[in-house]
Amino acid sequence: MTSIGAADLKRMFDAIAEAIEADKDRLCQLDGVIGDADHGIAMALGFNAARDALAPLELSATDPTALLNIAAKSFLNAVGASSGPLYATAFMRGAAAVKGKAILTDADIVALFQAMAQGIHDRGKAEIGEKTMVDAWLPAAQAAAAAHADGKTLSESLAAALEAAERGAEATKDMIAAKGRSSRLGERSLGHMDPGAASAVTVIGAIRKSLG
Amino acid sequence: MQTKKIINDGNRTVDEMLEGILAAHPRHLKSAEGSSRSIIARDGPRQGKVGLVIGGGSGHEPTFLGFVGKGLADAAAIGNVFASPPPDPILECAKAASGGAGVLFMYGNYAGDVMNFDMAAEMAAMDDIEVRTVLTTDDVASAPRDQRQKRRGVAGNFFIFKAAGAACERMLSFDECERIARKANDRTFTMGVALSPCSLPQTRRPNFEIGPDEMEIGMGIHGEPGIARGKLKTADEITDEMLDKILDEVAPARGDKVAVLVNSLGSTPLIELYIMNRRVKQRLDDIGVSVHATWVGNYCTSLEMAGASVTLMHLDAELQTMLDHPCDCAMFRAG
Repeated sequence: MTSIGAADLKRMFDAIAEAIEADKDRLCQLDGVIGDADHGIAMALGFNAARDALAPLELSATDPTALLNIAAKSFLNAVGASSGPLYATAFMRGAAAVKGKAILTDADIVALFQAMAQGIHDRGKAEIGEKTMVDAWLPAAQAAAAAHADGKTLSESLAAALEAAERGAEATKDMIAAKGRSSRLGERSLGHMDPGAASAVTVIGAIRKSLG
Repeated sequence: MQTKKIINDGNRTVDEMLEGILAAHPRHLKSAEGSSRSIIARDGPRQGKVGLVIGGGSGHEPTFLGFVGKGLADAAAIGNVFASPPPDPILECAKAASGGAGVLFMYGNYAGDVMNFDMAAEMAAMDDIEVRTVLTTDDVASAPRDQRQKRRGVAGNFFIFKAAGAACERMLSFDECERIARKANDRTFTMGVALSPCSLPQTRRPNFEIGPDEMEIGMGIHGEPGIARGKLKTADEITDEMLDKILDEVAPARGDKVAVLVNSLGSTPLIELYIMNRRVKQRLDDIGVSVHATWVGNYCTSLEMAGASVTLMHLDAELQTMLDHPCDCAMFRAG
């Protein structure tokens, strides 16, 4: 059983910011094929803003809920776009899911992860199969919950989440976009991975690496 | 190879542009206290008037902030290049525009804008500001006719905002302002054509690829792929192709009136726009439709993209009155 506090969550945001920055150009290129080529920029702006907002925090005096809300607000105000409301809602829902807890158990992290995916689902109103980040996030959250229920460790549960996210992102290549800007392409979106699903894999990969 | 741009820092482009705009138009514009991305008309908002807040991503100038001023929009929320503004600056715009009679949010129909403006509307409701939203959906190429609500908002924004702004300026009720805004959108139709891509200041790479002898009909103002790609044709052929699609939807009767906008996507010069407008006028004359007013130039751009769009607004007496009503904005004047 792992126990995760504010300092660990801050390290998680550092890891996500680093991973997204390294992935920025690939995400912009994916977006250029079926969108407007700015997804990597928006994601990097958002996670850099979240990292910078968390940097000066007195972590011993900050609970996970407060930290996640600060990350959400800073991400949102730096970005706007689509990823702003989606990820801000994810972190705010995650914050609500662990309210009142200073130290998070494996079950708390899995609940936080599920709340994030649900937040993205609710805010964007996209369903599985519509070629969005939901195609990575929802299967990832289900896989994490299933692995945890099977008695797997947090590391194993997050690894299962990452695998499911990767499969989900891969599957978006065979989907016709139904939400967001690329939905105007119809069948021309076939064969291309959704950039939002691709960046979800990067985010989930960084979460697994830092918390798992 | 990176594209050439006159910029300092790709991440500061929007803020530096805003500094330049406020320096150029101090009589018309100011930013909201503590919210530099909320651009407010100096003499727009007033007690009892329905407020009009517009906004969206940067890179389309003079859309959106150029249409902030007395008689048009009261405020514009400014996003990063091609990205919706977040809720906070939109909320500040709503507060500044509110005269106690309600606030209209009007912007192009894009998923990101809808999420951010909806969050701002929820926040405004908590401050007792009633917000109603009218999305612009004038881009004929972006969805079939029976899915009008899925279409994007593009250059026709100019006509739709103008009509709504006039309704607000004439102190009409919230219901009337909303009705006129919706009617303006319902009767406005745009088609675009792109010849070469634009590039974002942060990447300075072309945002799509297109052959040196190709054009793409129906491309969106962020480089979203259009409906048909083919060899570059003559101005008359391109204009005909666009007008055929527009007129199919406007379906005007002989004697009807329209307003015309021939808009550059950024780098296509006036000389080419006027050649297109010549053809637009010929075609409208042929079917007995009269042109009440024409605007030609940069109204809704896509950074340095080459290409143009044609918009027709199918007028009735009310919309004609709204278009003719005076307005005085930083980058546009009427009456």
